Amino acid sequence: MLTSAARTTPHSDTIASDLGSEQGVARGKSLRTLHPVAWWVWALGIALATTRSPGLVSSAILIAAIVVVVAVCHQPSAFSRAFPAYLALAASVVALRVVFYVLVGLKTGTDVLLPLPSIPLPEWAAGIALLGPVTISGLLAAISAGLALAALLLCFGAAVALTNPQRTLRSLPASLHVLGTPAVIAMTVAPQLVESWQRVRKAQALRGRVLRGRKAVAATTLPVLQDALERSIARAASMDSRGYARVHRGSSRVVLALLLSALLGAAIGTYALLDGTGPRWLAVPLLAFGGAAAITGSIIASRRVATTRYRPDVWRVRESLVATCGVAIAGVVLVMPLLGAAGTGFGASSVAAASGWSITFAVCGILAVIPASIGRAR
Amino acid sequence: MISLDRVTFRYAGAAAAVLTDVTLTIPEGEMCLIVGETGSGKSTLLQLVNGLAPHFTGGNLSGTVTVGGLDTRTNPPRDLAGIVGVVGQDPVAGFVTDRVDDELAYSMEQLGIPAPIMRQRVEEVIDLLGLDRIRHRSLSALSAGEQQRVAIGAALTAQPRVLVLDEPTSALDPSAAEEVLAALLRLVHDLGVTVLLAEHRLERVIQYADSVVLLEGDGTAHCGTAHCGSARCGSARYGSARYGSPAAMMESSLVAPPIIELGRLAGWQPLPLSIRDARRVAGPLRERLTGRPTDRLTDRPAECLGEESTPANSEHATTRSADARSIDSPRSENLRAVNLSVHYGRVIAVDGVSLTVNPGEITALMGRNGSGKSSLLWALQGSGLRSGGTVHVSGLDPATLSPDEAIQHIVLVPQRPSDLLYLDSVAAECQESDRAAGADQGATSAIFERLSPGVSRTTHPRDHSEGQRLALVLALQLVGKPAVILLDEPTRGLDYTAKKRLSAVLAEHAERGAAVFLSSHDVEFVARIADRVVVLSEGEIITDGPARIVLTASATFAPQVSRILRPLTFLTVDDVRDALGGAP
Repeated sequence: MLTSAARTTPHSDTIASDLGSEQGVARGKSLRTLHPVAWWVWALGIALATTRSPGLVSSAILIAAIVVVVAVCHQPSAFSRAFPAYLALAASVVALRVVFYVLVGLKTGTDVLLPLPSIPLPEWAAGIALLGPVTISGLLAAISAGLALAALLLCFGAAVALTNPQRTLRSLPASLHVLGTPAVIAMTVAPQLVESWQRVRKAQALRGRVLRGRKAVAATTLPVLQDALERSIARAASMDSRGYARVHRGSSRVVLALLLSALLGAAIGTYALLDGTGPRWLAVPLLAFGGAAAITGSIIASRRVATTRYRPDVWRVRESLVATCGVAIAGVVLVMPLLGAAGTGFGASSVAAASGWSITFAVCGILAVIPASIGRAR
Repeated sequence: MISLDRVTFRYAGAAAAVLTDVTLTIPEGEMCLIVGETGSGKSTLLQLVNGLAPHFTGGNLSGTVTVGGLDTRTNPPRDLAGIVGVVGQDPVAGFVTDRVDDELAYSMEQLGIPAPIMRQRVEEVIDLLGLDRIRHRSLSALSAGEQQRVAIGAALTAQPRVLVLDEPTSALDPSAAEEVLAALLRLVHDLGVTVLLAEHRLERVIQYADSVVLLEGDGTAHCGTAHCGSARCGSARYGSARYGSPAAMMESSLVAPPIIELGRLAGWQPLPLSIRDARRVAGPLRERLTGRPTDRLTDRPAECLGEESTPANSEHATTRSADARSIDSPRSENLRAVNLSVHYGRVIAVDGVSLTVNPGEITALMGRNGSGKSSLLWALQGSGLRSGGTVHVSGLDPATLSPDEAIQHIVLVPQRPSDLLYLDSVAAECQESDRAAGADQGATSAIFERLSPGVSRTTHPRDHSEGQRLALVLALQLVGKPAVILLDEPTRGLDYTAKKRLSAVLAEHAERGAAVFLSSHDVEFVARIADRVVVLSEGEIITDGPARIVLTASATFAPQVSRILRPLTFLTVDDVRDALGGAP
């Protein structure tokens, strides 16, 4: 994204990195980050893998890889600072899963860990029992299910942390630019609401009244919402006077219809790819249809939109490598079971099976962590 | 370039029109200043020019507005984007991206300008406005002055022929304001851009204006151009609009900066608009004030900087010398802060500030944008972050008090006063405040009436102008008669009349023994009201002394009267008037 300027000032990058990240961003050129799409491909590859994870160890390997890559490659920004929040959310998903297992989970197996009494529920809730003996295998199953979900969550957390979502939107096809600006604004609204909420709370304490209950909520909510409304009106006026959504060739309705079909196609295709339980014969045509619809829709729609991009992100070798890692992970996960090589590598020992160890996912973990060495901003 | 033909504009649901029968033509390459009191329709006039009114705001427009040959009736704002660039009152509210260079390119992206041209224009604007050092930074990490320049740059990249700005310097410190104005002036001179701007702080812009549109409260506009050059043109009428030089417009304007008031007082004809012009004609006035020829004075400026050195000063400074005494005499202070620090992570906002504010004293806190003024005020009030040091208000630490106890000793009016308002009418806010402060029924309302007369009590506070809301919050905070009054930028959105009313109210509170501590960029307001000035830089106090000495000695913070009459140490037109009245 900074190629031409980099040619003229060959030393500026080194100077910027020497000064440390903060000053580098402030004074020199900002570091050259990877194309956001590369990170998204990488993250989606891992996301696909998490849905096929056989158990605890495999999911843990993927999570470890994600955390390592984010720790190494992230740039200081509001979005990368949100990654710890994703980690906390992931941990709470696992904890919740375990709590539910202990409370109302179906208790099977004989390897009892914690002999809790089972409390039968009345007739109308037949089939559900409160508590009951907690077994090791049951607990492991709960944890690994939780971890798989946590890993999926972290994939998206990582993609958001490693890319600036606003730059991601800028990489979308031209037809989606009209949606890009509102999306960017929507993303700034939440932090702004938090900020103005805090500001209003602080300001109202200045009036010396400690409001409680409904009155307090109304007293804070009203100014915050009014503030948000005023801001959005000001912003809309600014967008309008800066030429946003100028009418270009053709009708905007056709563009919208094409866009919707493209999005629908993309959604169906993604679902077909991610859902491992659906019938195979349905997945491939759906994927093909979805992909085709998405591409056609955006190509036709893009032709009717006359906006341009200022310094779009550039796709180079590093981007290709990172994206290849993502594709490779997806490929390994999808192809290995077909080859019948899904074995654990230790034979079929029960410990390995229970822990969820799989040689496939060890390979995936290695692939997933490779971007840590190539994806750093330079 | 811009022409309004018999334009009348009325907002939907409003009883009276904001603008009535306005006819004026602003030629290309002119810097035109819109002057008027709060609520006289300045912003509306600006919005009419790029079609936001009525396309965006709604309302009823009669007559024709033409910009660059396009009728705004048939061309909505987005189609005028290539012709008119708009910079709103709050630049941050208008930002649609998160980085400086993206923001600069946004308009061009929407207009579909090819990438190589876009790149080139962004570089040009970066050079023009001196944005090189911040081009890759996040918009939220910029100072107010930088944000304002980015907003102007973002409007410029599309190469509009008209640039419309609403209060471009109101949030800026004096030097940042100079920077922004210099950039604007360059656009007018080098690129032939037509600039139309509204600004309350006329002292900052009047000298640069080629013409003035004077809006009176009744909705009629008078336009004057500098090219006419003589006061005689001032009386010529074209429909409801008058044409004349800014000097001619200023002669009859209710809203006038100190330089104009001084000119009127001294009877200068034509009225000088810049400090340079005023100094050239001010020789006789200086002589009258001192009784000595000025050339002797200028030879020995040190003699004149002291308070007692000129006889005129000791005579006229009756009102303020009483307060100067309070600085010298060791009285019990209302507010004492020792070694106060505020750190935000690794950023040090306030760095070991020790300060006392005495009863009956009005102290102004000055310093550039981001020098830690707001942090200091919040830390003093007690609810802001305090990383070290102690604060005592009448012997108590306000941070340990509950909000309702604290308000009896110390109040703060923050930079965004509207945050304090949450009831649905002015009357309800006033009653609530009376109850909370234990004041008589109608006490708050009475203060509000003094600060902002004639405002309907049944309307929602949000329906009022920024200045009126500020007046309401001031009334709410002052009604309890606290010992310490902290004000953060209390003059935003106030016109000269409102500032005078505010000064009067604050002076009364000081007289009853309150300590007033206010932060402000408004040099003229500080000159009028402050006894003492504290200058903050990078969180440290660099100057602390009597207003007269600090303000006249400073290049940045000197008020207009002081610049004109230097080396005499007069701060305000009232000072001069008193001195002349007292002189034989």
